[in-house]
Amino acid sequence: MSKIEEALPRSPVIQMKFMRAILRYLLMILLAFLLFGIILLISGKDPIQSYRDIFISTFGNSRGFSEVIVGMIPMLLTAMAVALPSRVGLINVGGEGQLYIGAAFATFGALTFSHLPAWLLIPIMMLLGMLGGALWAFLPGYFKSIGLVNETITTLLMNSVAPKIIGFLIFGFWHSPMDTVKTDNFVAAARLPAFFGTRIHLGLVFGLVLLVAFWLFMKYTRWGLEMYAIWNNPQAARRNGIPVKKYLIIAMCVGGAIAGLAGMSQVSGFYGVLLLNFSMSLGFMGFMICWLSGGDPLGIVVMSFVVSVIFTGGNLLQLTRGLPFAVINILLAFTLFVVLASPTIFKGKKS
Amino acid sequence: MPNRPDPSPLQLVALRGITKAFADVLANDQIDLDIYPSEIHALLGENGAGKSTLMKILYGFYRADSGQILCEGKPVVVNSPHDARRIRIGMVFQDFSLIPALSVAENLALFLPHLPVVLNIKEIDQRIREVSERYGLSVDPHAMVSQLSIGEQQKVEILKLLLADARLLILDEPTRVLAPHEVDALFKVLAGLRQDGYAIVLITHKMKEVLECADRITVLHDGRVAGTLLRSEASEARLISLMFEKKLASLEAKKDHPVAGKDIPLLELKGVSTKGEGLGISLKKIDLQIYPGEILGVAGVSGNGQKELGDAVLGMIRIQEGSKFISGHDFTRRSIQELRRSGVAYIPENPLTMSIAPLMTVMQNMALTRSGEYARLGGFRMDWRAVRADTEVTSKRLGYTFPLYVPARSLSGGNLQRMVIVREMAGKPHLIIASYLTRGLDVQSTIAARQALLDARANDAGVLLISEDLEELFTLSDRLIVLFEGRIAGHFKPEETNIFEIGHLMTGSEGTHV
Amino acid sequence: MSLLSILGVLSSAIFSGTSLLYTTLGEVIDERAGIVNLGLEGVLLVSASSGFAVTSITGNPYLGILVAMLAGGLMNLVLGYLVITRKANQLASGLALMFFGFGLSALIGKSYVGVKITSLPKILLPGLAGLPPLYSSLFRFDLLIFLVIPAAILVWWLLYRTRWGLGLRAVGENADTAFASGRDPRLIRYQALFVGGMLVGLGAAHLSIAYAMNWTEYMTGGRGFIAVALVIFSKWHPLRAIVGALVFSAAVAFQLLLQSSGLQVSPFLLDTIPYILTLVVLIAWGGNRKHSAPASLGRVYQGSE
Repeated sequence: MSKIEEALPRSPVIQMKFMRAILRYLLMILLAFLLFGIILLISGKDPIQSYRDIFISTFGNSRGFSEVIVGMIPMLLTAMAVALPSRVGLINVGGEGQLYIGAAFATFGALTFSHLPAWLLIPIMMLLGMLGGALWAFLPGYFKSIGLVNETITTLLMNSVAPKIIGFLIFGFWHSPMDTVKTDNFVAAARLPAFFGTRIHLGLVFGLVLLVAFWLFMKYTRWGLEMYAIWNNPQAARRNGIPVKKYLIIAMCVGGAIAGLAGMSQVSGFYGVLLLNFSMSLGFMGFMICWLSGGDPLGIVVMSFVVSVIFTGGNLLQLTRGLPFAVINILLAFTLFVVLASPTIFKGKKS
Repeated sequence: MPNRPDPSPLQLVALRGITKAFADVLANDQIDLDIYPSEIHALLGENGAGKSTLMKILYGFYRADSGQILCEGKPVVVNSPHDARRIRIGMVFQDFSLIPALSVAENLALFLPHLPVVLNIKEIDQRIREVSERYGLSVDPHAMVSQLSIGEQQKVEILKLLLADARLLILDEPTRVLAPHEVDALFKVLAGLRQDGYAIVLITHKMKEVLECADRITVLHDGRVAGTLLRSEASEARLISLMFEKKLASLEAKKDHPVAGKDIPLLELKGVSTKGEGLGISLKKIDLQIYPGEILGVAGVSGNGQKELGDAVLGMIRIQEGSKFISGHDFTRRSIQELRRSGVAYIPENPLTMSIAPLMTVMQNMALTRSGEYARLGGFRMDWRAVRADTEVTSKRLGYTFPLYVPARSLSGGNLQRMVIVREMAGKPHLIIASYLTRGLDVQSTIAARQALLDARANDAGVLLISEDLEELFTLSDRLIVLFEGRIAGHFKPEETNIFEIGHLMTGSEGTHV
Repeated sequence: MSLLSILGVLSSAIFSGTSLLYTTLGEVIDERAGIVNLGLEGVLLVSASSGFAVTSITGNPYLGILVAMLAGGLMNLVLGYLVITRKANQLASGLALMFFGFGLSALIGKSYVGVKITSLPKILLPGLAGLPPLYSSLFRFDLLIFLVIPAAILVWWLLYRTRWGLGLRAVGENADTAFASGRDPRLIRYQALFVGGMLVGLGAAHLSIAYAMNWTEYMTGGRGFIAVALVIFSKWHPLRAIVGALVFSAAVAFQLLLQSSGLQVSPFLLDTIPYILTLVVLIAWGGNRKHSAPASLGRVYQGSE
């Protein structure tokens, strides 16, 4: 088989850069854990014990580890929802909203078509979820492409509108007779299947498949090339005949669709109901993960994993050490601070 | 040195032996210049003559490689605009430095040397009014700068210098974006300032300004002083010969090539007007045609609409009035993609910022203009082998070599230019827009590039050749037009005209001043 | 729809809108200097929890207010360090600050959930002593409410009538030009963040000490993001923010009014109105320079190289 001709830079330095990147990841995680340990000390807890508990519960036993994977799933998708538009220079902070609307559309499918068999219903819900997310991202994308409003602001505002629409739908139409904050449980056919008795659901496959597709897409296809050109020098891309406006809108919509899929996979795979405010900053966490990993698919997997470990561990801290779950956000924040404060060591693709 | 009409023994500022080189270009070569109070001193020259560089050195933006700056006879060190302002030198650049969202008064107050903690609006207004009324620079202090016309914004820039106590004012191409009546108003202002003892340096390439308001004129050419004249000694002919320094005879007429099949022009612009954004030039009612097998040269000093013309033909700038036809089809509202697909190539004046993706490799850049042709499987793969093959064939034909697998921005200026030429010519275009084609190229590459255009012409392609190099224009063009202030100022065949006539049109003189 | 219910809406809007207005004023100052703070939610939480804790410990609400102001200033300085000195991306830094605030506030407030405090005394709006108690009870305001409109005027005066404010706005529009005029954009941005942070802290103090008078996790309920939207809605102008804050807070109270007149509109949909209005405002005036954002908002100042 002949060697595939590529256009990428040929340089031995690439290999070393990769090694250095891994080292940086590890270093910054270590530093963050160290700082958080100090916080634990201040609040009168034993950091070493706490960390030991976290690691045993997440890595030490298979159930804990599977919970980490479960937590990872939506973040893989919401991170990609930020990463893809960022490849044409768009800043999509609207993952929260797109996630919610996607979930809403998917819920509509689950409730309306509950009589259909799973092999029909699930794909319908997937499509609906992506449609919802794409619709939610369309307006910001459109207004950005005509140069009227910055997409950062519009996506942020639409984030705040989305959960209220969910509330409206649940309260108004969909709530279960016993509980006004959530819908009835989805029928079995509307649930994404899980693996091996864990809670890891098909959403994981979505995430990994899409990440690989994303990577291949950017590296090999014509559209990936043109997107890279737009990111690099939008003015030049225009002169070279690349339809920049179209790309901006499509990129936002696809990003929104992926976030919508995340929403669908959460309500269908994880919860089995549509719950008010079910996203605990999943969209923003996706933004941070994408930013930390520079939008690189492998980095997204790694960082989603790390963040999920942090949060699963946080659950445990609450149970065993009496610390409110929210405190684990400090560890996450320290990880972010460390990366943000050292731009020479590590810098994401967006600026 | 020539004597001044009104004797005043001390120069305000003197430059001695100023030399400055950028990379391999000698921008200023041993320049001497004297500036006296109460005079308007014009610094005349083509683009690249070194006028802007010289004044930026005086203003502290650049540091000269060698030479001295003297202020009232004593040597001074000017390492930054702060230093320049301290010795009361101010400069108004071509791109204004006003803050659009703030009012005039606020913009001015920002630069007032002594501003109280609590702003005294009345006092600031008062100060502004005093100065503006004295010199005819009236402007509503409370208007937001973004609402002002360019002419009014310029008034504010000048006010800024006056309020900061400058006594030597440097204006860089001030009339470039002014309407005719605004130009007259500006000259009145300058006359008033001169009356009060201010020294004004006017950087320009326009004959009208020089002959109407300058007291003394220094002509720069190729980084050197070509001559310093009093207004009374200067005539258009003399100035033009100093500016362009070319003798008629030295230009050889090119080989005659019969223009084939004159039926449908490859490019036709009918009454095309564009609206310049901000400080850009507007094109005004451009009519031109390019037939297959001919090269249309566009002469003019850079900044008179060349960039806009190229971009308008490409479709990058919106055409407000008029129409654009490519081979007879109306392309006025069509996309750039469609234009390129119909065989149009564009070599812009500044490839790095205008048509290259700096972080992508050279090879990747090569594929960008015709990515559709190299896409396989509907776009899922790119045929890099084909890209390389095309690149190699065209490079060989031109005799160019440059690295292929490195990021584009690591290429030297010359290599970037070569790279863009290869890319645009590889597609065998029917219509080529070439802007400053041979900028930064060595002799070999220049010959190859020009030959490539001639070869294209031999294959019935059409070329819009925008250039500042009069020699290039004269040797290559079948027909020649001159662009001045966004309008076509003249239309000739090279063998029917000469440097002087072109020079007149490029500098906006009508040949009536003596 | 009686006079009483209308007045009731007004009163309710004033009460809940006060903290929103303080927060918005603080963010206006920051954004005018070119920095957008997506972490306002976290800043509010930390200020609210620390102010509440100090009030509970010392029994002195005024001390609590001061501490809350200080906490707000300090939290903003953290953002400043990341964004100004380390030149990090403003959006990412703001979100990181938000997460930090979630956690830190939970830690600080842990022992104070459900605790009661001595709050600020409520004074009747002067001149209304003659009204029947049903009406006058609507207008018993605390100190911070009385101070909020003067605060807005003060912010206006600072931004538009002082040398510092002029420099600050210049930095927010074009930091290079501000630098050319002899100012230090980095220092000015730090100052803006601290002052703005103190105002945000005031808003948080009102929320936990005067209005809700308790502490729960995430009690700010999205006010941080509402403030960001409100800054845009007010077109970065402190006096317009007063109107905006009323409109935003009234939406909630308004729904009660509608219900009492027989109209059934979902409270959720009503809650979306402020955001939709902001979007409309943005789109309608998007091209207009007068109403647009400070030109260098969100951009990192590279400084003289």
